[in-house]
Amino acid sequence: MDRVPVLKIGDILLVSIQIDMEDQVALQLQEDLADRIVSTGCHGVIIDISALDIVDSFVGRTLATIASISKVLDAETVVVGMRPAVAITLVELGLSLPGIRTALNVELGMDLLARERRERGDDGDFSDYTGGGVDGGETPAVPAS
Amino acid sequence: MNDESQQLAVTSDQDVVRVRQLVRASAVAVKLSLVDQTKIVTAASELARNTLVYGGGGSVEVAQVDNGRRKGIRIVFADQGPGIADLDLAFTDGYTSGGGLGLGLSGARRLVDEFSIETGVGEGTSITVTKWCR
Repeated sequence: MDRVPVLKIGDILLVSIQIDMEDQVALQLQEDLADRIVSTGCHGVIIDISALDIVDSFVGRTLATIASISKVLDAETVVVGMRPAVAITLVELGLSLPGIRTALNVELGMDLLARERRERGDDGDFSDYTGGGVDGGETPAVPAS
Repeated sequence: MNDESQQLAVTSDQDVVRVRQLVRASAVAVKLSLVDQTKIVTAASELARNTLVYGGGGSVEVAQVDNGRRKGIRIVFADQGPGIADLDLAFTDGYTSGGGLGLGLSGARRLVDEFSIETGVGEGTSITVTKWCR
């Protein structure tokens, strides 16, 4: 079975779905993400669906469930990159994905998470990562002296 | 009227993915617009999953059709499952007898141009949908 990789970039987990997922693959992703949020302590999740040419009710429900699980684990989820035809179809299908934050692309998704984090007054600072590359390096909380 | 048709068995998750791919290829072949391709593939995904989950598996037949004025794509989803006892209820947004969102049947009907269903308790279910080029 295929598996969707989860990448850690600073304080964010990035998931880019590049395959036409079987239902089981979507459920596996849900579990993998919950595990990674807990093991990394990340406070943000970005799910890039720009490669998906459809989102049906199963995938839509999975995205909503991931967002809810993340919330309970103190992480915000942003779904990014939805194609226009997918958006039109989803709404006509009857799924408006309430409760899911969206942004047009990964960069705007990172901006959104950074903004929210600042508004919440948390110490964790996404802004280090929004303009930078995606090298995935760990940033120590205290600079080594 | 049927130019050509292809049939797939639906007995697993992977088969639902194959149905999406076959419907996508046919929708491209008859030159449906991108939005209409997306709608018919999404509808097919919902109905193929229903065939698998509620019908206990079955078959999907995809055909390119031509009514003389327009081309289109017609898909038949058939299973020998328990059938649907209350169609009005099954078509209600949000109603589900399984663990889904209750949008599959009603949502799929909104995404296609023609939708017909034959079902009876103990007699299985057969759903035919058509999407025409604009």
